[in-house]
Amino acid sequence: MTNLVEVRNLRIEATTDAGRIVEIIKGVSLDIADGEIVALIGESGSGKTTVALSLMGHARPGCRITGGEINVNGKNMAALSEKERAKLRGTDIAYVPQSAAASFNPSSTIMEQVIEVTRIHRLMPPEQARKRAVKLFKALSLPDPDGIGARYPHQVSGGQLQRLSAAMALIGDPKLVIFDEPTTALDVTTQIDVLKAFKSVMRAGGIAGVYVSHDLAVVAQIADHIVVLKGGEVQETGTTAQILSAAQHPYTRELLAAFEPKRRQAHADADVVTKQLLRIDNLTAGYGAVRDDGLPLIRAVNSVSLAVEKGRNLGIIGESGCGKSTLARVIAGIHPAAAGEIVFDGRELQRAAGKRSQDQLREMQIVFQYADTALNPAKPVEDIIARPLVFYHGLDRRTRSKRVDQLLDMVRLPKALRYRHPSELSGGQKQRVNFARALAADPKLIICDEITSALDTVVAAAVIELLKELQRELGLSYIFISHDLSVVEAICDEIMVMYNGERVEQITPDKVKAATHPYSKLLFSSVPKLDPTWLDGLVRDPDLVSQYGHR
Amino acid sequence: MVARVAASRRSFLGHNYNLVGVIAALVILAWTLIAIFAPYIIPHSIGDIVDDDYFGPMRQGLWLGSDYLGRDMLSRVLMGARYTVGISLAAVVIACFSGVVLGMIAAVTGGWLDTCLSRFLDAMNSIPSKLFGLVVVAAVGSSIPVLILTLAVIYTPGAYRFARALAVNINTMDFMTVARVRGESTIYLIGSEILPNIIRPVLADFGLRFVFIVLLLSGLSFLGLGLQPPLADWGALVRENIGGLPFAAPAVIVPSLAIASLTISVNLLIDNLPKKIRDRNA
Repeated sequence: MTNLVEVRNLRIEATTDAGRIVEIIKGVSLDIADGEIVALIGESGSGKTTVALSLMGHARPGCRITGGEINVNGKNMAALSEKERAKLRGTDIAYVPQSAAASFNPSSTIMEQVIEVTRIHRLMPPEQARKRAVKLFKALSLPDPDGIGARYPHQVSGGQLQRLSAAMALIGDPKLVIFDEPTTALDVTTQIDVLKAFKSVMRAGGIAGVYVSHDLAVVAQIADHIVVLKGGEVQETGTTAQILSAAQHPYTRELLAAFEPKRRQAHADADVVTKQLLRIDNLTAGYGAVRDDGLPLIRAVNSVSLAVEKGRNLGIIGESGCGKSTLARVIAGIHPAAAGEIVFDGRELQRAAGKRSQDQLREMQIVFQYADTALNPAKPVEDIIARPLVFYHGLDRRTRSKRVDQLLDMVRLPKALRYRHPSELSGGQKQRVNFARALAADPKLIICDEITSALDTVVAAAVIELLKELQRELGLSYIFISHDLSVVEAICDEIMVMYNGERVEQITPDKVKAATHPYSKLLFSSVPKLDPTWLDGLVRDPDLVSQYGHR
Repeated sequence: MVARVAASRRSFLGHNYNLVGVIAALVILAWTLIAIFAPYIIPHSIGDIVDDDYFGPMRQGLWLGSDYLGRDMLSRVLMGARYTVGISLAAVVIACFSGVVLGMIAAVTGGWLDTCLSRFLDAMNSIPSKLFGLVVVAAVGSSIPVLILTLAVIYTPGAYRFARALAVNINTMDFMTVARVRGESTIYLIGSEILPNIIRPVLADFGLRFVFIVLLLSGLSFLGLGLQPPLADWGALVRENIGGLPFAAPAVIVPSLAIASLTISVNLLIDNLPKKIRDRNA
């Protein structure tokens, strides 16, 4: 027995609501040596979280571990009783969840929650535990390590909370820590700090880790080995360098290829004078009470101007809270602006959507990030897509049905899907339906608000390709809002960087490397690269980080 | 895909159901049929005195005994079903329809309309229901339309609150924003976007409210403010035969059981509604 973790032929079954038994993990085997970090990577539904949880002997409700061995530190987790497993959790194995914000109890202090493990397992007296926690806070480079424990979870930022949940996991001195997509919900600039902190702590303590993620670039920075999962089976295993440079399995290659979407072809008719489709002048919008000068108390968008030309795309990029989504909603009239002008297709638009004409509404469509909530779960796909056809175009039943088929075809969905409800579609399919509904209106401009953020890398790349194709066919313009630079680079002619409600800079994708504004520089340099040495070699200007990074 | 079927579950037309729900549904169906066909199946007219004795026991010909005047109890219970189920149903339909529609409109429109409606109906809600019924019946007298309207008014604020709470949640979803930006009318928003998403809990609430109304109607009748003799719903039957309690007369037990069986069945049915199976490969 040389490895800390040896999983052999693991099988996990789930029971569906029809009483059918589905095997979700089909004979997975993996090894983790002492002090080694192994990444589990795969699309959603590939079973990566299920495998990670099984290392604690845990199966989610409705699932059962039905076969195989899970040896962790010489004990078979699958065969232990629940009581014995509980003893090991927190002391031998610890878990860092995806959403730290949802995992902290909002009504007790951070310190209480971090040292809770030592109290439950009676590891050390509380005084000692607090000292140890402060040491961990320091090691995780949290600001104000002595005082942060006295705060409540809502008083610290998302990135800090994620590191605090790592402190919670590490306080019991575990041999193995399971990270379940810990940086997925974070901004790139924050993600770096969290990754760096995780990496240094794990190195220093010689702790083994399992890192679950769908982001190959993030995994490349932190993992020694990578296990690629798909459909509950191991597709490929290898060292990080092997996987990145010489991937064998087609699925792994697909993942790698998806990471670098093809650049959009520069417009052939670039020298032709293009017509302005949308112009925005000094737009200001926000929330809260309106003050004497007619502006809201909190300005989410502050005096932003931009222009979109016909058939061209504008990308808006920035971290969460920078006002990019508010800007999209202001343009669409969902959240009326407090000041400024919106000129669309030569005519000035009313600020509120309710006052715009039906044609103006039709020509500008907005597609939201979460297709789950953007599609009415009670209606079949055909009704969802057909509604704009009836509403704007007044098509009769037969032409409508034909048009729905056409639209489904445009977004590369099989026609049979029209009878299904949104809950019966995958994430990528839902986003395509979401997009087909926008297309049904025959718009001139589509505002895409983070439409690929909730999708897996491979699926997101396919959706981006689809958008490009549709643009060629239909001559659309997009405003593409994202926090993911590679996505924006792939589809946009111009990129606008937003920070704190203001427009910081506007550049073209080929000049991203030569950004002039300090925040753009920081943002662009923070996007993880597939190169495993990238994080260690990354040198960031400390002034920049302290000025713009929300640590 | 490896697929085996686990321990047998009942499923029919793509829905899971369980035995309790089925039995409850059958009881409700039986009472409904009785309510509809009562005039054709009762052995005696409800006003006829057919027994020499009062509070007679169960025996051949008088299957449920006789009441305090020697009338046939079976006929009176069967006809009582008609009034209890009919009045309650009419009241609950009016209450739920107006409550749910107003609730959805308030949630979608928001602003001052929402505030006014909510405060007004909250004020209505604060009036004790039995007291309100007593006052109305005392003021305008008791008749079937008055009863139906009174019961409906009493239970509208609850239905409004319930529907508004559900609709407010749906209202924050992106598909509502999409529909609004499309320029849809309020009627489309509530009928086509919100209602299909809240219909199941609203139906459950409908059933629950039906039970409350049956009980309140029985209560009012028991106090003598419901239907007037010789008509009698189940609550009135319990009241007029309460004198038979010391003799353990079936005349007082049977209508009580009838109320219990209907209300409990509706409750059980709501808790055990068939669940749609989402697993399409099954």
